[in-house]
Amino acid sequence: MARLLVYYAHPGQRHSRLNRVLAGVAREIAEINFVDLYAEYPRHDIDIDREQSRLVDHDVLLFQFPMFWYSTPSLVKEWIDLVLEHGFAYGKGGDALYGKRLMLAVSAGAPEEAYAPDGYQKYPLRRFLLPLEQTAVLCHLAFTPPYTLYGSLRAGDESRIDPHAEGYRRLLEAVRDDRFDFDAAAEMDVITCDALPIRNAAMA
Amino acid sequence: MSDFLLLTFVFLAAGAVAVPIASRLGFGSVLGYLMAGILLSPLLDALGVDVISIQHFAEFGVVLMLFLIGLELEPRLLWSMRRRLLGLGGLQVVVTILIVTGVAVALGQRWQVALAIGMVLALSSTAIVLQTLNERGSLKSDGGEASFSVLLFQDIAVIPMLALLPLLAVPGLHETAAADGSHSGGFGLMEGLAGWQQALITAGAIGVVVSLGSYLVRPVFRYIALANLRELFTAVALALVVGTALLMTVVGLSPALGSFLAGVVLANSEYRHELESSIDPFKGLLLGVFFITVGAAINFELLFAEFETIMALTLGLILIKVAVLYGLALIFGVRNQHRWLFALGLAQAGEFGFVLLSFAVASGVLGAGLSERLLLVVAISMLLTPLLFIVYDRAIRPRHLGTGQREPDAIDERGTVIVAGSGRFGGIINRLLIGAGYKTVVLDYHAEHLERLRAFGIKVFFGDATRPDLLHAAGIDEASMLVIAIDDRDKITNLVRWTVENHPDVYIVARALDRSHVYELWAAGARDIIRDTFDSSIRAGRSALEALGMHPYDAELQARQFARDDKASMRELADLYDPNMPVHLNRAYVERTREILAEQEKAMRGGPQMFGDRNDRAWERPTQADVETVEAESKAAAE
Repeated sequence: MARLLVYYAHPGQRHSRLNRVLAGVAREIAEINFVDLYAEYPRHDIDIDREQSRLVDHDVLLFQFPMFWYSTPSLVKEWIDLVLEHGFAYGKGGDALYGKRLMLAVSAGAPEEAYAPDGYQKYPLRRFLLPLEQTAVLCHLAFTPPYTLYGSLRAGDESRIDPHAEGYRRLLEAVRDDRFDFDAAAEMDVITCDALPIRNAAMA
Repeated sequence: MSDFLLLTFVFLAAGAVAVPIASRLGFGSVLGYLMAGILLSPLLDALGVDVISIQHFAEFGVVLMLFLIGLELEPRLLWSMRRRLLGLGGLQVVVTILIVTGVAVALGQRWQVALAIGMVLALSSTAIVLQTLNERGSLKSDGGEASFSVLLFQDIAVIPMLALLPLLAVPGLHETAAADGSHSGGFGLMEGLAGWQQALITAGAIGVVVSLGSYLVRPVFRYIALANLRELFTAVALALVVGTALLMTVVGLSPALGSFLAGVVLANSEYRHELESSIDPFKGLLLGVFFITVGAAINFELLFAEFETIMALTLGLILIKVAVLYGLALIFGVRNQHRWLFALGLAQAGEFGFVLLSFAVASGVLGAGLSERLLLVVAISMLLTPLLFIVYDRAIRPRHLGTGQREPDAIDERGTVIVAGSGRFGGIINRLLIGAGYKTVVLDYHAEHLERLRAFGIKVFFGDATRPDLLHAAGIDEASMLVIAIDDRDKITNLVRWTVENHPDVYIVARALDRSHVYELWAAGARDIIRDTFDSSIRAGRSALEALGMHPYDAELQARQFARDDKASMRELADLYDPNMPVHLNRAYVERTREILAEQEKAMRGGPQMFGDRNDRAWERPTQADVETVEAESKAAAE
């Protein structure tokens, strides 16, 4: 069993349609740990020691957040700035995260077609996540493409929230039970709920 | 009685006239007093006043001054000065005595007389030098500390000198000296005792001063502080110094040294600043009188009759002393221009010279004629001291300014923060400041409270922070900031007003008790005003929101918005506030308050639309319509 830690970050929860549902799903799953970063640090005063010991105690870290200005919500950046210390996460003696995994679960307001050379976002979604990907490399974390929902603004009207939430549940449980196929996932651009790289239980 | 009143009036008035003039001209108060004394001397002559006996009385000002200096000097600091105290001070006394004695022998005096003259002239004036250095704020500079070391050693050296003088007596002169023993105060008590007994009694007396200072003074002052009577405190403080001086005199020690010791013992006590402010005016008055008597005691008849000889002797003495002092300053590593401050500052003979002279005459060492002339040399060298300081200021200091070799002043107490009040509000401020490495001086007038804080190792001083003299003693002149954390509304306002008026450079952080108090303080001149329960109330409210199920980050945003709104409305209402009217009777104020409250409530709850709430501005997302517009634009651009 993998020890999975879900970090949820959303500064405007009251108005969230999708992420609040996803957070509810993650919170309910047995034997994984769930942290609402904005609830824990509403004043951005991150407890570095505590966060680092959390990281040491888990095998897989998953950050769940809505894309905000082509990046993470600001508290996630603050968390990265403070917690991934030199000598802990990288640099001389910084091997605390060696062999662990980094996963993402993001939602993007724009539809998938927008993230293309002729779309209005011009670049694929993964391009905007490059800083996180390279952060993982520097910290010896294996990076997995993001579990993604495009067009989240319209997702409610188009009944796409429930399937995405159900996919999220299956994904988290698969990671927990070592049934998630990280090798297959690594080949994907983004992971979506209709093509989850999960082995069945018998194979595990 | 009327004589006494007349004399008191003459002295006070002379000081009041002369000192401001001298200060304005940049000469310092000492020269002002000396000049006043010179101008007064004909009048005092006419009144038949015994100037010398007044002088002996006023010398007690020196005792008070040394007590005050001791208060400023923690034992640790004194210990760190030991090398200079013994080395610099000791060598200055010995070398100067030797040279002056040699010169006197060369001028035809017998060696015993010459040695007596050497001892008389080797001493410098503690009163003039310390008063001047203190006024200039350079007591804690390198040169100031070196000067202090030498002066302290000299004060101690007076004792063996008094013991030595009678041994130099010339048989022919001795019949005039019947009452020699009584002159040095209480030597009588020690007479007939063996040397080891005297030493034992002396050590015992010092032990008494130290242990009383350490263990008895605090409970006594705490008891008195509870009575809350200012004059009682002053009386006890004076009694403390006078008693110490008396004890020292009885066992044949220098009273100045004794009170200095008492001061050092009390330097760590919480009553330090209160003691300072109680004693300080007495010291100032007595020293003033002392300086006036020095000026008044100059025998002009004799001076004009032998003007050249006496001036030559005086200048010669000053030259010798400057040379010795400068040489020693070089050896002991006194820096740059401080060497000159030290050498020129200590170049005069001092008030202990007067004491030694009259004792020497009484012991039959010196003849009356010689003593008269030496008295003039001592007095004129003292009179010239302010001029030497002026020479230093005009000729020497400017050369060291701007040449890049001026080192930072070693003034260690600059830029401190005074925290007035150390209760629940001030205590936390103080801990925060100390934790960040700032030096604070904490004042509080709850004696029991202080005791508790002291137990935790927090440095606090007893005293009512709203009294200017106490603030002065606590160093408001050098402080960069005053944090007013006391809990009496009117006292806070008055303190702000006083500080803004008298110390406009001191930054004020003021505690306000409520909103209308904020307006009051603003009107009084404070610009950094903190309502004492505002922030904690907001936190309590936020905590309540969280407990009611609101997401902690939303609760945080709500609290921030509330604080912003409150500040904005406070600024808006400031114009309507009328200090002469209770707020609930101020109709315009009440009306506008109601309007603002209604507006705020509406805004906080949010409008009917999705993102009507101001807290959500940062999180307002693009709408589907926005997305479609951008989409269309980008397509149009591509085609």
